[in-house]
Amino acid sequence: MSSNRVTNFLVPVFAVLLGMIAGSIVMLVSGYDPIAGYSALVYGAFGDSYYIGETIRQATPYILAGLAVAFAFRTGLFNIGVEGQLIVGWLAAVWVGVSFDLPKIIHLPLAILAAAAAGALWAFIPGFLKARFKVHEVIITIMMNYIALHVSNAVIRSVLSDKGFKSAKVHASASLQSEFLQSITDYSTLHYGIIVALIGAVVMWFLLEKTTKGYELRAVGFNQHASQYAGMNVPRNIILAMVISGAFAGVAGAMEGLGTFGNISVKAGFTGVGFDGIAVALLGSNNAFGIILSAFLFGALKVGALEMPSSADVPTELVDIVIALIIFFVASSYLIRLLLSRFQKEGK
Amino acid sequence: MEYVIEMLNIRKVFGNFVANDNITLQVKKGEIHALLGENGAGKSTLMNVLFGLYQPDGGEIRVKGQPVKIANPNVANDLGIGMVHQHFMLVDTFTVTENIILGSEPTKGGTIDIKRAEEQVRELSERYGLAVDPTAKISDISVGMQQRVEILKTLYRGAEILIFDEPTAVLTPQEIQELIQIMRALVREGKSIILITHKLKEIMEVCDRVTVIRRGKGIGTLNVSETNPNELAALMVGREVHFKTEKKPSQPGKEVLEIRDLVVKDARGVTVVDHLNLTVRAGEIVGIAGVDGNGQTELVEAITGLIKAESGSIKLNGNDIFNLSPRKIMEAGVGHIPQDRHKHGLVLDFPIGENMVLQTYYKEPYSKRGILNFKAIYEKARQLIAEFDVRTPDEYTQARALSGGNQQKAIIGREVDRNPDLLIAAQPTRGLDVGAIEFIHKRLIEQRDQGKAVLLVSFELDEVMNVSDRIAVIYEGKIVAIVDPKETTEQELGLLMAGSKRKEAGVSS
Repeated sequence: MSSNRVTNFLVPVFAVLLGMIAGSIVMLVSGYDPIAGYSALVYGAFGDSYYIGETIRQATPYILAGLAVAFAFRTGLFNIGVEGQLIVGWLAAVWVGVSFDLPKIIHLPLAILAAAAAGALWAFIPGFLKARFKVHEVIITIMMNYIALHVSNAVIRSVLSDKGFKSAKVHASASLQSEFLQSITDYSTLHYGIIVALIGAVVMWFLLEKTTKGYELRAVGFNQHASQYAGMNVPRNIILAMVISGAFAGVAGAMEGLGTFGNISVKAGFTGVGFDGIAVALLGSNNAFGIILSAFLFGALKVGALEMPSSADVPTELVDIVIALIIFFVASSYLIRLLLSRFQKEGK
Repeated sequence: MEYVIEMLNIRKVFGNFVANDNITLQVKKGEIHALLGENGAGKSTLMNVLFGLYQPDGGEIRVKGQPVKIANPNVANDLGIGMVHQHFMLVDTFTVTENIILGSEPTKGGTIDIKRAEEQVRELSERYGLAVDPTAKISDISVGMQQRVEILKTLYRGAEILIFDEPTAVLTPQEIQELIQIMRALVREGKSIILITHKLKEIMEVCDRVTVIRRGKGIGTLNVSETNPNELAALMVGREVHFKTEKKPSQPGKEVLEIRDLVVKDARGVTVVDHLNLTVRAGEIVGIAGVDGNGQTELVEAITGLIKAESGSIKLNGNDIFNLSPRKIMEAGVGHIPQDRHKHGLVLDFPIGENMVLQTYYKEPYSKRGILNFKAIYEKARQLIAEFDVRTPDEYTQARALSGGNQQKAIIGREVDRNPDLLIAAQPTRGLDVGAIEFIHKRLIEQRDQGKAVLLVSFELDEVMNVSDRIAVIYEGKIVAIVDPKETTEQELGLLMAGSKRKEAGVSS
């Protein structure tokens, strides 16, 4: 059992290492200095308090998007729609944030709950279609992403602005932004959202591992036939799993709307956070605490990469290649497990 | 006499576990040699060593007297060793011929010469009396026919020694008889056969010699003509085994399950249970005998609420349970040992402990206010594991890691522990060895003696005759006869199962 746990931890670590090694080969072949590149990356992510603040800020939506994907995975579903659920969550949070004047203690939770509800509703549709008509959730969630993108753009243009490209800023009573956090991180965009994300991780762990409902959701995820035999309502559990996953994604959107940006703009394309959430969940072994760690790694890579062109002349595209390679090695974790077991055998 | 295969002092170790401890197996040319052992005794490991899937840690393999090293299944094929797997390895959408030639296709000018291949397959099929249509699609032919395609696959590759891995587990009694004829034909043509099995009846009927292994050790090789099932069972299990489970006469009480005019249709809309009537009383075991596919599965699923029935009535202790949800039916007092333990019986990825509360997880003490109480869950699991002799490293082990017999014991423990008035056991001993079968039969009879109603569905006539107090024969979705197991014979049951009327079967009613 314990050696199994060590392996579960070692596999993502090795995947990251292999990804970085392969990335440095790519840099060498393209004529860049990998050592300079990686030092710029590390400096850009952790070099001083400003960069650390930015890294944490970037990790915040990654944690929640990763939780959304992982929750679906653990209950036997593949939610590719986190991106769309995140966008509608973002929209709902900003909408509530600009439309009401309420005390902060009510307004902020209300805006976050609105985001969760919007994401949940967006995920309910594929959940319902799967439970009722056995339509595969991957197809529906992909299409729901496009609907989310264009519907939210339309709402921003026609409702949240006067044919403009962005909404007004959310009221201070609904904002996650914090002068205190900004001041201790040299005026980065760090906001209180990280606390929400960490609470989200605890909620997911508790819900899945400790509650009666979580037992049911996991059982349905592993084996629908046995769950039906055991008297569980399989369709209802499928819908519920999808709705909870969507709620996490919606809250991820609230982090952007109430924290990082404070408003919502018309988007030419997807934010990518929802799709990166798949990689975050995978690297974090679909485990709430693994996801926190992997979200920080992805945050650091994203933020640190911004420093690479200026100090090491390495184009940011190379960072995307490194990230892609890491995901590749995580996905081929079977290979790494094999290598590890060989290694352990020889060690004996 | 010349040996075609000699496996001498084969040793295979996995970690600290010795799967094969110096086992010797010598097969003569032209004989049917049984390899007998309980589940987990090491039969499959030994055969995988012979087929090149595992490398032995010690010992020697000789084929026709020559020492060989079998590095992979291709080498085994080249040496003329073929394996007929228990789980067929066939592509459903391909034809018989396409499946057979897969991997060694005859070509003509860069394309597959399907005409020539079909001709070869037909020729082989006729020579061994297999009666396989080379152009039929796998998805359109019966399980028995699919098995013959597996046999043809090995013959097409020139196999001289055929390994049959539990070949009768998936067959109906008629198909088993046909398979036995085929095996005899193969031997007549000079092939040698290794038959992996734990069914003693088959060994007595078809085999020449038998090698018994127990817990990884070779116990010895006997001539079948000089032994008997009792001796073989004792050698295999390591103690005396009783085939006839001892039981007192039943004392049936009030009616527990009453089914009237039940009609069930399958997914395609075909009527599979056709105005069926059946009563099971407290304190008796009613066995349903029938050939697979005559509505048994649908009958059980309709009683337990897994599928919706069309019409009729199902009453439990006088209360209507017709088309209620599975949970309501369960709570009304129905226990169900499902036919397919992997599909319905267990969540294989859950620890065995969490599987023990699969139906009761939401009740106290296992849950309080929506929070699971793992202490109570695992306490219950430990109690059932001990009580029902489930052999598992601990209660946290994944159900997947347990052997079939132990998985089944866990399910039976869980169902019996819920203390149902009606216990439905569908194929409770499928794929299990004699030790586990004996255990499970005892438990079913124990339930009966405690005044429970037991409905047993089985394709094994021995089991139905041995355990039941009354036998209901099912044919095309109807109960066609109710017989007393003490007053019937296998022949009569066989005829009834095949659709003969009682009078034609020579029994006055």
